[in-house]
Amino acid sequence: MLSKREKDLIAEVWTKLIPVAEDIGSDALTRMFATFPGTKTYFSHLDISPRSAHLLSHGEKIVLAIAEGAQDIDQLAVSLAPLQTLHAYQLRIDPTNFKLFSHCMLVALAAHMGDDFTPVVHAAIDKYLSAFAAVLAEKYR
Amino acid sequence: MVHWTDKERSTVRAVWEKLDIDQIGPEALARVLIVYPWTERYFGGFGDMFTATAVLNNSKVAAQGKVVLKALDRAVKNMDNIKGTYAALSRMHYEKLNVDPDNFRLLADCITITVACKLKGDLSPQTQATWQKFLSVVVEAMGSQYS
Ligand code: HEM
Ligand code: HEM
Repeated sequence: MLSKREKDLIAEVWTKLIPVAEDIGSDALTRMFATFPGTKTYFSHLDISPRSAHLLSHGEKIVLAIAEGAQDIDQLAVSLAPLQTLHAYQLRIDPTNFKLFSHCMLVALAAHMGDDFTPVVHAAIDKYLSAFAAVLAEKYR
Repeated sequence: MVHWTDKERSTVRAVWEKLDIDQIGPEALARVLIVYPWTERYFGGFGDMFTATAVLNNSKVAAQGKVVLKALDRAVKNMDNIKGTYAALSRMHYEKLNVDPDNFRLLADCITITVACKLKGDLSPQTQATWQKFLSVVVEAMGSQYS
């Protein structure tokens, strides 16, 4: 459960990240591919080498989707319906990968924000990413 | 046994040398307790942990965080026998403290995130991968005596 304060905090953090969406998203992805090489299998059709055009644009899409969802967290189940269908029915991403990605996104944020990524911010973002991932994985079965 | 390349050994050592144990330990343990509040169940004797601020100002949490990171130092210095290094500690967490081993991974993830806050870009994706490989061996070793 996210409190009102946490929801405001989450929206504030992600809004600030919109201008650097490409950097943050591609950094999180590169971290995931390096630390959990199995995740690369889903991207075999793309060039995912560090700083490639595909990687940057995919990273940007992900961060923008997360930032947009943060504007109205209570409506995630509705606003994410298209992404849910994509990940569950078309891409068929093994849902364990969502945890791996969330962790790498947290590390990317920590490396970007430094000590501003306080334990309180960390806790709020972790809960939000879990909620986001839960919606993406909900339709699986 | 885990095989480490020279590059991996020097990467783990380089990360470790950049860290201030007395800072990383308390913060990493505080993050576990704040982000995953159910982990507080093991620390009933530590007093006030009702809010994030209370956890961050709790001197017992800080002291325990340092204890954990000092134990991590032993793994850095014994990379070829992490399992043996932690055998007694694993048994103690299992038999005496009754810690669910899933918590070792949560702590490891919080250590990595704390390290990223301090090293920022120096914890590159490749460095993170090697560092987490090291921590995953630690986590496995801490769970090795559960049977
Ligand atoms: C919170 C987690 C995630 C978010 C916010 C997210 C978001 C997105 C977005 C916005 C797109 C683009 C959709 C479009 O182009 O219309 C996408 C596509 C995709 N996602 Fe995810 N995703 C997440 C997790 C994952 C994970 C864990 C994997 C696999 C390890 C994954 C694999 C893919 C793939 C393969 C595509 C298609 C890429 C392409 O062909 O361009 N996603 N995701
Ligand atoms: C990398 C993983 C960990 C390491 C290396 C580690 C290491 C240690 C060490 C060295 C001690 C002191 C042992 C002694 O007094 O002889 C200790 C105590 C303890 N650990 Fe861990 N630990 C780890 C993870 C955890 C986790 C995840 C939990 C629970 C969430 C936990 C709960 C405890 C408790 C409750 C004590 C006793 C504290 C007290 O009352 O003084 N440990 N640990």
